[in-house]
Amino acid sequence: MKSAPLAHHSYNMGSIIIKRELAVMDKNKPVTLFIQCLVDSLYPEVGQAMVHLFERLNIQVDIPLEQTCCGQPAFNSGYRREATTAAKRFIEIFESADIIVCPSGSCVDMVKHQYPGLFKDGSLWQKRAKAVSAKIFELSQYFVDVLGVEDVGASFNGRVTYHDSCHLLRNLGVADQPRKLIANVRGIHLVEMKDAEKCCGFGGTFSVKYPDISTAILEEKVDKIIATGADAVIGCDISCLMNIQGMLNRRNSPIKALHIAQILAGF
Amino acid sequence: MSEIKTEFYKQNAAKAIKDPVLQHALFDVQNRLGPATALAYKNLPEGMALRQKAHEIRQFAINHLDILLETLVQKIRDRGGKVYFAKDAADATAYCLKIAKENQVKMVVKGKSMVTEEIGLNKILESNQIEVNETDLGEYIIQLAGETPSHIIAPAIHKTRKEVAQLFTQKLGIPYCEDPPVLTQAARKALRKKFLAADMGLSGCNLACAETGHITTVSNEGNIRMSTTMPKVHMAFMGMERVVARLEDHDALFRLLSRGAAAQNMAGYVSYIGGPRTEDQLDGPDQFHLVILDNGRSRILADPKFREILLCIRCAACLNVCPAYGKIGGHAYGYPYSGPIGAVITPLFVGINRAKDLCCGEPLCGACKNACPVDIDLPRMLLALRAKLADGDPKWGVTRANSMEKIAFQIWSLVIQNRKVYDLALKTGSLIQNLLPKKNGMITTMPFVFKGWTQSRDIKPLARVSFLTQWKNRENKP
Repeated sequence: MKSAPLAHHSYNMGSIIIKRELAVMDKNKPVTLFIQCLVDSLYPEVGQAMVHLFERLNIQVDIPLEQTCCGQPAFNSGYRREATTAAKRFIEIFESADIIVCPSGSCVDMVKHQYPGLFKDGSLWQKRAKAVSAKIFELSQYFVDVLGVEDVGASFNGRVTYHDSCHLLRNLGVADQPRKLIANVRGIHLVEMKDAEKCCGFGGTFSVKYPDISTAILEEKVDKIIATGADAVIGCDISCLMNIQGMLNRRNSPIKALHIAQILAGF
Repeated sequence: MSEIKTEFYKQNAAKAIKDPVLQHALFDVQNRLGPATALAYKNLPEGMALRQKAHEIRQFAINHLDILLETLVQKIRDRGGKVYFAKDAADATAYCLKIAKENQVKMVVKGKSMVTEEIGLNKILESNQIEVNETDLGEYIIQLAGETPSHIIAPAIHKTRKEVAQLFTQKLGIPYCEDPPVLTQAARKALRKKFLAADMGLSGCNLACAETGHITTVSNEGNIRMSTTMPKVHMAFMGMERVVARLEDHDALFRLLSRGAAAQNMAGYVSYIGGPRTEDQLDGPDQFHLVILDNGRSRILADPKFREILLCIRCAACLNVCPAYGKIGGHAYGYPYSGPIGAVITPLFVGINRAKDLCCGEPLCGACKNACPVDIDLPRMLLALRAKLADGDPKWGVTRANSMEKIAFQIWSLVIQNRKVYDLALKTGSLIQNLLPKKNGMITTMPFVFKGWTQSRDIKPLARVSFLTQWKNRENKP
């Protein structure tokens, strides 16, 4: 089986000069996993896939058992005090880690870009927040940018399309990394959908507070996914995938919504 | 003051989504302009970095607004221009009316201006028996139709060619025709008479320059140049933030403005106006008035969290990429400013509580920030507005928008602090969901606040055993 050519993907990166903290990481050091709350509670199979993947690559994982949520739902709804409570707890749990990997671009963005602003400038808490924010990576970013691994030895038989989730793409600057990983999966054929970088309409509590608008945005996304003729839509954020899967199921579509970890783990 | 209908955001959004003609128009405008603008930025000799430079230019101007305005005003006065500082909409419209009456104005011609929409100028003039003629083609169409703009630079995008043809037949008495050049000619002919007969010309101001003491107007139809030079009196309206320090600043900003607005390298007509006609000049108005409008801007300027919104040059690039605007259109925002810029600035103008749906009703995707020619962090300010609504803020007169939601997040913050309690909550949830209807293993109807979700989508149920519990069990195995 030949692997699909990597589609040239251009996108508007905006003005953000994204610094990928390419700290020299020791591959033998254990990786601490932050399992996004939606993965933990709704999609444990994604967590299992991650563990499987890391074990296959002989990377030791550590998963703090007391972890819960990064606080993003509260933060995006404006509840900063409540989000700060979550942030403090996250910092306490994860600050001893060497490197933190999370299967969600928006959670990483929350920790990386929003945590420091929750605390007073120059405060000890802010220093701790910044220290944690410097060592958290999204899954595909970790493989490609930190480890320099683009082929994880996975296979998948079928045609897939990739959805760029908003915060991953625009706030973390991650677009090529997942595409490289997907392109190197044996047997896979990656087809780009139109406007892959356009929002799926999830937006956290927005999706339940403004269902009409959220639905209208999602309809367009799902139409574009279906138009590719793909067997599966792949993403790096389960929240977008949950949204997309919800409508695919409602429309009785056979297209699967899969997290990149599931593809890379090979099941 | 423009009419405020921000309270009806949800209802008007729902109505817009159900309108297939509007949906088609919105899709078309975004599909055409969104990617083209992104490409136009990329093709700039300076590349995307010019946006940061423009941001700095605008930030510098906003930080020195007092000095820049004083310099601008002095230079215009020295040339015989009149400058009026209006504290609010009523003040600005009253001044305009006063000057109109002094000059026995019966008819005005108007170039496109968002500020005059903001202050609701047309209505005031019309109720004082002054005929108002919008001369921008899009504005002219919606004026004939008795509507309001639905896009900052393309005010009539919600109207189809057919609708315009019917409108022109009805209002201009031309034979029915759907050919755009024919329709444009008809408008041109009708407007030409107005230009020649008008006693006063009104315009906005895209950007003023302190160094040279002039205002600048930008258009693609030449209508603003005619409105500002043909009548005896010209009155320009500018938001007090629309000034930069140096002439050379205009270079970067106008190149970006044209790209942001219409993916053009430069607009067709750029006019620099610094006062009335001098004695040796044959053309131009005898009187030049500049109305500098505050109307809530000082308050924004005083708040470091929101000051950045004053950098905006109203190009509408953010509208052309916003997924929410792309579905609900401009009218849903209930105020002249729509899209991401409207979602931030309208609450600051009309009241954050009153316009709460504007800043909460989009998915926070960040596309607007990338599209902004002056790199304004719109998502940051949307979040800041939401924070005010969550807990209230006396400084902005904001009261907590939703006490139940606050309680829910307080409970949530307690639950997430203890993994045992968290697990118990998940367990309870997974028991409750057994009662809910399912299809292909997915829940089809959710109760309470979640019911909006299942309006159009199913949802995966909570796992019987969470990942963390699975992991704990695995680790505990000998």
